[in-house]
Amino acid sequence: MNTEQQNTAAGPELVVGVSPHIHSGASVERIMLDVVIALLPAVAAALYFFGLNAARLIVTCVATCLATEWICRRLMGRNNTLGDFSALVTGLLLALNLPPGLPTWMAIAGGVFAIAVAKQVFGGLGYNPFNPALAARAFLLISFTGPMTTWSASCIDATSTATPLGMVKEAFKAGAPAPFAMDGGLTLDFLLGNMNGCIGETSAIALLIGALYLLYRRVITWHIPVAFIGTVAIYAAILHAVNPAASMPVHFHLLTGGLMLGACFMATDMVTTPTTARGRLIFGVGCGLLTMVLRTVKTGAYPEGVSFAILIMNAFTPLINRATRHRIFGAAEAAKREARK
Amino acid sequence: MKVSPAPFLFRGGIHPPDSKTATAALPLKDLPLPARLEVSTSQHLGAPAAPCVAVGDRVTAGQLIAKASGFISANVHAPAAGTIAAIREAPTPTGRTATAIIIETDADAPAGEPPYKPIPDWREQAPRSLLDRVAEAGIVGMGGAGFPTHVKLSPPGDKPIDTLILNGAECEPFLNSDNRLLIERAEQVWEGCQIIRRILGAGTIRVAIEDNKREAAKALAAAMESAPDDAHIHLLKTLYPQGSEKQQIYSVTGRTVPMGGLPMDVGCVVENVATAYAVWDAVVNGRPLTARAITVTGDAVNTPTNWFAPVGTSFADLVAASGGARDNLAKLIAGGPMMGFALPSLEVAMSKTSSGLLLFPRECVRPYRSMACINCGRCVEACPLGLMPNELSQAAEADDIDEAENRHVMDCFECGACAYVCPARRPLVQHMRRAKAVITQRRRAAAQQKKT
Repeated sequence: MNTEQQNTAAGPELVVGVSPHIHSGASVERIMLDVVIALLPAVAAALYFFGLNAARLIVTCVATCLATEWICRRLMGRNNTLGDFSALVTGLLLALNLPPGLPTWMAIAGGVFAIAVAKQVFGGLGYNPFNPALAARAFLLISFTGPMTTWSASCIDATSTATPLGMVKEAFKAGAPAPFAMDGGLTLDFLLGNMNGCIGETSAIALLIGALYLLYRRVITWHIPVAFIGTVAIYAAILHAVNPAASMPVHFHLLTGGLMLGACFMATDMVTTPTTARGRLIFGVGCGLLTMVLRTVKTGAYPEGVSFAILIMNAFTPLINRATRHRIFGAAEAAKREARK
Repeated sequence: MKVSPAPFLFRGGIHPPDSKTATAALPLKDLPLPARLEVSTSQHLGAPAAPCVAVGDRVTAGQLIAKASGFISANVHAPAAGTIAAIREAPTPTGRTATAIIIETDADAPAGEPPYKPIPDWREQAPRSLLDRVAEAGIVGMGGAGFPTHVKLSPPGDKPIDTLILNGAECEPFLNSDNRLLIERAEQVWEGCQIIRRILGAGTIRVAIEDNKREAAKALAAAMESAPDDAHIHLLKTLYPQGSEKQQIYSVTGRTVPMGGLPMDVGCVVENVATAYAVWDAVVNGRPLTARAITVTGDAVNTPTNWFAPVGTSFADLVAASGGARDNLAKLIAGGPMMGFALPSLEVAMSKTSSGLLLFPRECVRPYRSMACINCGRCVEACPLGLMPNELSQAAEADDIDEAENRHVMDCFECGACAYVCPARRPLVQHMRRAKAVITQRRRAAAQQKKT
């Protein structure tokens, strides 16, 4: 809450403040706005593939998050923070993480949980340990497991009521062969987003365009997405090499579920992820490993892994930050000198 | 070839717009002698000098008016002939107050003999006598800190110096005083540098200039034509804070000064180009340090100018000579925009360390609100020391000063790179300063207790 103080003195009224007296111009508002811009291709894909349902969920979640933020700040007697756009980002991300047929009131419950419980209870933007949108998704998944895993409302494939990951998991659990072959046509469909899933997670291409924009704007660094996606790829490649009959090829794992949305937008949320490059690599690798364990362990009931992987790694963020602090300039030399004495 | 890129680069740093074009091509202009000079006895780090003149005394140009009082202190001389009008407390450009000697100048006084005997044959003189001259002439580090130069040039016997680094980085945006000095007076700077080398007995000279000042590098290279083969100019990648001593030593030599240590611990001494010029003037011409180059610039001054002005000139006079301030003047900064001090008034006099005076208009000084840290890590990337400004500032904010101390907040030299990049506009430097002040106070109290 520091604003520079006006100091009236003889002559012109001069402002006195602590150095530095220039600033890069970066702002939290601009960062959040960039995330919104980066999500626009995914929003467009959601509207294209899931139509009115997508529009309904996006409007509901955004409106709920903004309203909840405003009410919470007011109740706490704190300043209005709608202008930092972080609630808008949370609303968008939450909507993109929901299945198309989810009843509106459940989406509202998710939005309230995201802002009130996962964010403002901790003190608001910057203090929340977990990604609010993901925490809300986990809350909805546990509270409303049925509606959160029902995909029949998909506009394209009315015959199937499962996501590709779900179909594969059920098949392999039953000892059956893979339910479909990852040929060229299917791969293209998956790349574009033409499959069952949460409304914003299916179009890998739209999400990657957004991620490139974030990289270009330097809102995110490459470390987490590359480490996350790379780990999933390597893990999947090894599984597939060892047992091709009971595992899916690499590109299946890269294009399905919430991987692209998670790796590019959820696991790169600054507040809940490490601050150093090394820390981000560790975070990304951790997310990748957990995702693949959750996806491929046959005794598990749940076919998706990305959101829980990120939430679990969020919990490790303080620890990773502590372990990956930068080497202080001259510290090693000072220690050497101390040892010589 | 005597010019090549610097072989190393420190980690971190930032790229602020250099904002130097307004004054980069303007030659140094001698400031007409002001009617009044307010010469501070504390223009250096350490104990203020003790006045040795009284009110009403007539002084000649270059006369000693305050004597160094202690091991770390520096002489102060009259920049011009005149009469001592007052001796009183006055604000300094670093935001403190100190005793100042006010001189009503006498513009008609004949230019007298230099106060000290010129030593044009310094190559034949003992290093000790040259060092004494640096001390009598009141020379201090003119890059900003103002550490007395004669102390810096007398390292203890167990710290041999093999490399002298001439610091012409001038990494602070807006400033051109060192740049112009190098372009226009390269031979003098180079000779001053050689004098310093003779005093130190250092083998090698390395010159550090940022690669956005190629004209300065060219001028110095021409002056160095006859230099011994090992003297060399390194062009530093333009990156703030390349001008910081420890970062520069690393960029030029690859040596890392131990935490809490000094450049001499790795056999280096770093001297600013303006200091080298002052050393030349003191030794070759017998003139003490009483004037320096200063850039007056910013969008709120009518005629940005590079001045060569006497120490003690009030900023009001300097601004008036630069065409006056515009109505939109909102912030006055002594020094550069990254580490300079914002002053509450123009009624402050320039000192031996004043390299710039910036006048910022209202548009550049918008009020802002600082927010909670969003953990983006930009400050961590920017810190040239590898500190974690985010965590340090949060510790300071929570009054957990012990945590800040354990995490080496005392090493922070307040370069401001972290605050420059912070999107949440957190007052990071302010937090560091507060933590450092509390720790310094505690340590002092602990030392006191030990004594009693």
